[in-house]
Order: sequence, then C-alpha cells, then structure tokens
Amino acid sequence: MDEPLELFGEFGNPSFLDLLRRQSPDLLPRLAVEPGSEPVRAPHGTTVLALRYRDGVIMAGDRQATEGFQVASRRIEKIFKSDDLSGVGIAGVAGPAMEMARLFQTELEHYEKVEGDNLSLEGKANKLSQMIRMNLPAALQGLVVVPIFAGFDDKLGVGRLFKYDVTGGKYEDTDYWAQGSGGKDARDSLKKRWKRDMSREDALRVAVEALLDASDEDVGTGGPDLIRGIFPTIKTITRSGFGDVADDEIRRVVETLLGERARAEKAAG
Amino acid sequence: MPLPYYVSPEQMMKDKAEYARKGISRGRSIVSLEYPDGILLVAENPSTLLHKISEIYDRIAFAGVGKYNEFENLRIAGVRHADVKGYSYSRGDVTAKALANAYSQALGNIFTQDIKPFEVEVLVAEVADGNHSKNEIYHILYDGTIEDEKNYAAMGGQADEIRRFLKENYRETLALEAAIQLGVRALSVTQNKTLTEKDLEVAVLDRTKERRKFRRIPPEALAQLLRAGG
Repeated sequence: MDEPLELFGEFGNPSFLDLLRRQSPDLLPRLAVEPGSEPVRAPHGTTVLALRYRDGVIMAGDRQATEGFQVASRRIEKIFKSDDLSGVGIAGVAGPAMEMARLFQTELEHYEKVEGDNLSLEGKANKLSQMIRMNLPAALQGLVVVPIFAGFDDKLGVGRLFKYDVTGGKYEDTDYWAQGSGGKDARDSLKKRWKRDMSREDALRVAVEALLDASDEDVGTGGPDLIRGIFPTIKTITRSGFGDVADDEIRRVVETLLGERARAEKAAG
Repeated sequence: MPLPYYVSPEQMMKDKAEYARKGISRGRSIVSLEYPDGILLVAENPSTLLHKISEIYDRIAFAGVGKYNEFENLRIAGVRHADVKGYSYSRGDVTAKALANAYSQALGNIFTQDIKPFEVEVLVAEVADGNHSKNEIYHILYDGTIEDEKNYAAMGGQADEIRRFLKENYRETLALEAAIQLGVRALSVTQNKTLTEKDLEVAVLDRTKERRKFRRIPPEALAQLLRAGG
C-alpha cells in the first residue's frame, strides 16, 4: 500500500510543516514544558472576533496584551493576514499564538508556490487545526492558543469562519464568533446586534460595539484609547481580498458610538 | 574481468558538457529584461499549466530552460530554501545571491559526480526594493557556472542570436508594455512565425506591488498588448 508514496518520496509534498520536521525540527514551535512545573507567566492576547456580512467576513481585535493584572502591551496586533483570502485572529498566550500565525502564513504560501494553486478554505482551516493540536502539551501547562480563522471561500462565494478548541477541534460558525478573555461579552453583544447580510458600514459598527462592550466588562480587554490614538484592528476579507480598515474610519465609528452612549447616559440621569 | 576502459577527465567533462548543451539547445528560450518598475520575464511556452517562470519569494523569481522535470526539481528546492530561511530569520534576509550560489553548488556537484548532468539553465532574479539597492539577475549553467546579468538576459536554444538582438534594441527606459513587445520580438528572431499569447508565458517582478512582487500577465492582457504593438 505504501508503494506509490515511497515512489514519490518527499518530492511533491507541499507542506512547510513537514519540511521543517524533516529538515530543521529545531525550528518547530514546540514548547517543552515539564509536566507538573509552575505555570509560565506570559502576556495574553485578549479579545478577537469575526462576523459574516454581505461581502464576506470582518475580523476585529482589541490592542491590549495582559500579563496577570498588568498591561503588557497597548498596541499589539491580533489579526494576521494568512493569505489574500483569509486571516487568523489570535487569542491566548501571545508569543506562541503569534508564532503559530507566522508558521500558518508560511505554510499557506509554501503550498501555493509548490503546488501553483491555493488550498481550499476548508483545507486551510484543517491545517490550522493540526497546528493547534501540536500545541496541546504546552496548552496543558497553561500556554493555551485558541485562534479564530476566517476567510472568503472563492468556490462557494461566501465568507466563512471557524472557531477551535484547545485540542484542535474545529467548528464552523455561520454568523459570528468571539474568543479570548472578553470573548463572552463580545459574543453577548454580537448576539443582539448581528443581522444577516449587513452592509459593510453596519458590520463595522457591530464589530466596534462588541469590542467596546467587551472592554467595558472584561479588565483584560483594552478599549479604544482616544488620547493615545489607539483603536481596534479591523480587517475585511472579501472576494477582492484582504483589506485594512483605516484608523480614521474606526475613530469615527468609535466616536459615534461613544457619543450615543453619553447621550443615553445623560437622558437616563 | 575486462579492464574498465580509461577515459581522460578532460574528455569526460567535454562529453558531459556537450550532452547538456545539446539537451538545452533543443528547448525553447527565455528572456529577461529590466524595466523602470521591475524585471520582466518572457518565455516561449505553449503550456498554460506547466510553468517555466515562477515565484520563489517576495522579491525573487525563477526561470528555467531545458528538461522540465529537472528544473522543476530545482524550483521546488529553491522555494524550500527560501521559505525555511525566511521563517528562521526574517523575510528580508532571503536573497537571490544566496539562492543562486546554492543552485550553482548543486548543479556543479551533479555535473562532476553524476553520470548524467542536468540539461538545464536557470535564472534567478531579484527586484530591488527601491532604497538604493539594484536589481540582481543571476544566470546559472548546467555545470554550475554562474554569471550575473545586467539589463537583459537570454537563455535556451537560441540564446546567442537573441542576445545579439537585445544588445541592439534594448533601452533602459522601456516601459513595461514596450519591454514585453521587445521581449516577444526577441524570442521570434530565430523563427519565421509570429508568437501569439498562446505561445508565451509572461511574468514580472513588479516593484510597485506590496510584499509579494511576482505577478503573471494573463493571456488576455498579453493579447491586447501584442495587438497594440503590431
């Protein structure tokens, strides 16, 4: 049964991960943590979310990393472009999560170059699931990485999003999902606001509002910082590719929402 | 036991070189031209699926002539080299120079040690990122010989005639459209038929693009350009 594979050897293998395993296993992101050792303290990324809208998906994340009760960074990025039609939002321990995003991006690009064709969205989602499973020994020691994966499926012509559990279990969600310490609060917000086939403008507003609610309830999640000019990261993934939403546009949405809230507060008081 | 019969090293190398050159001269040619916004690669290649020109890394492209299975092998080795290097250091540390040297070593070893040399020539091109750096184009032969090329390069069956044509007609200021037309004319110098978009594979390393500079020119756009150029 093994013969055809033997015959081809490693020649046609388009996986970058397999290449590292064969050639430089030292580069594989494997955190060797002794069982029973003290949990490692490291910065955590907090809240990321993805939601479907008319043209595809929107991914968004706050900018704060927290270590214990301290702010580790106010400006980290949690949404990474993995290729032209997909992105990863990272939640969990920031270091290994960012490394996973980088490895995943290389994996997709490597496949594309060797094969001369793109992986299907489902294929990409499964690959990420394998990477999360690789991290399980570290996760058992508290170094948990649980990303969200979202992209535009060019075969089906729709945006799709996937959530994961710590064992690499992959679950597709049809509407929206949020992950991280403020994930539940963001989900509560999305549950009320999300509608099918929203316009880009509405979807942006819903995404910003969910992050605002998460930062309101969860100490780990950073809110928009008007003084320093720090705003959530927001990306759109549509048929025409992976796009940034400019800070100015996000600022306007934030200011509108905060204005509305201030007026409501006044009216109530 | 019959005596193994003696062949002088000179003779052996000569035979191998002749064998490799013969193989390469049967194949179709490729030209590369520098233009203000990048590097253009034009290959005569009737297949739309089996590529002779491909992307290696952000600013690096690969082109091969000769035996397909052999240069395809080299191409994949190049992608692996580049991706591992970029992952373990940083994307900016992947250079055409290191890659061209690796190809030169590999082809040189195969030429001296194996009975059959590779019947290929490859081109490794790196587009400058605009900050004082220059485009780099390396041409590596079947025996590991490596040359760096400037402005234009040609390889494959009729490389000499094509080079002569380009020497007379190339100008550094050619815009992309004009460069493509010149490249196609250069490839048809040695034949009496006109090449159409169906016979050609064209790609550029486009400096104005973000990160990944490699871009294929689709046949429809190519057809328009060729018609415009008469």
